[in-house]
Amino acid sequence: MSLMKKIFTAFRGGAREAGEAIVDANSIRILEQEIKDAENHIAKAKQDLTTIMAKEMQSNREIDRLKKQIEEYEGYAVEALNKGDENLAIEIAEKIASIEPELSLQEETKSSFSAHAERLKELVKKTERQLGEHKRQLVMVKTTDSVQKATSAISDNFTNSNSKMMSATDSLQRIKQKQKDFDDKLKAAEMLEEGNSDTSLEAKMKKAGIGEQTSSASSVLDRIKAKKGA
Amino acid sequence: MKIKQIAKALEELNSDAREGFDFEYQIIPGEEEVLQISLQNREEIPVYLTETDTQLLCISYLWDESEIKTESKTDMVEMMLDMNIPMPLSSFSRIGDKYAVFGALSLNSSAEDIAHEIVTLSDNAIDAIDVMSDFLK
Repeated sequence: MSLMKKIFTAFRGGAREAGEAIVDANSIRILEQEIKDAENHIAKAKQDLTTIMAKEMQSNREIDRLKKQIEEYEGYAVEALNKGDENLAIEIAEKIASIEPELSLQEETKSSFSAHAERLKELVKKTERQLGEHKRQLVMVKTTDSVQKATSAISDNFTNSNSKMMSATDSLQRIKQKQKDFDDKLKAAEMLEEGNSDTSLEAKMKKAGIGEQTSSASSVLDRIKAKKGA
Repeated sequence: MKIKQIAKALEELNSDAREGFDFEYQIIPGEEEVLQISLQNREEIPVYLTETDTQLLCISYLWDESEIKTESKTDMVEMMLDMNIPMPLSSFSRIGDKYAVFGALSLNSSAEDIAHEIVTLSDNAIDAIDVMSDFLK
């Protein structure tokens, strides 16, 4: 059974009571061990792969060397035939015949190394996929665990500070009330600001020459002139 | 970043990055350290930030099982499913008997991104309670 299924089975099974761990520490340990094992397998397979690939390269070099040697001796055989030395040509041909089984043996070895390397590459890929899957599951388990622990820390904090967790609707009402108070204050401040500015009623009245007027130089002069004339 | 560093980075942000809200911080000790962030005038529904191996989780708790009108539970759960994708940055969840909205962030998130997540989560929490208050006692 996949771990995810186990977690959700536990959910349904009523392991949702506060403080009750959904996934016990033991299954986290098991999963962590599986991840470690998979990582070890990958490391070992990669090491083996390096060895096999090195051997494959050696084999390739050996094949090239033997092929070159055969080519070389074939050249010599042609030369001997050209010189009419049939006996030497046969001797050279025997040499070539002795190299050929070595070449075919080396080719067999090489293809067996190649096949082995392919298998190891496949294994590494498969194990890496498995490792990724285990890691993803471990993240899920650990996150479930963290969130539960965080939630119980928060609940404990409420209990310890003697504050009561309010119901959602009460909380919302209080937040809305605070928002309203804040908006009202803002509005009042705006009105106060308006009262101090040129757009206030007093300013408008003054501009229109209504209400109490402050004395200006011209009004003072008018007054003096009126007195003088009197 | 550790929880304390996150709190410090958030504190150093200017008011614009916090979208005009003042944040108040409290570290809740425990096996899993949690940072409580209270937004000004929304102290009743704080945002909790906790760090796991792979992500930063921001959670706001909405209500618990006992607050739900029994006959409305299916409707409520269906509405949560319907709202889950349209709701920006947050998703619904349940932890123990508590319903919650949460958002997950990368461990490499900037303080600005975290602040944006916190404010959005708080908006979503308040909207969710408002929208679903008919299902609650």
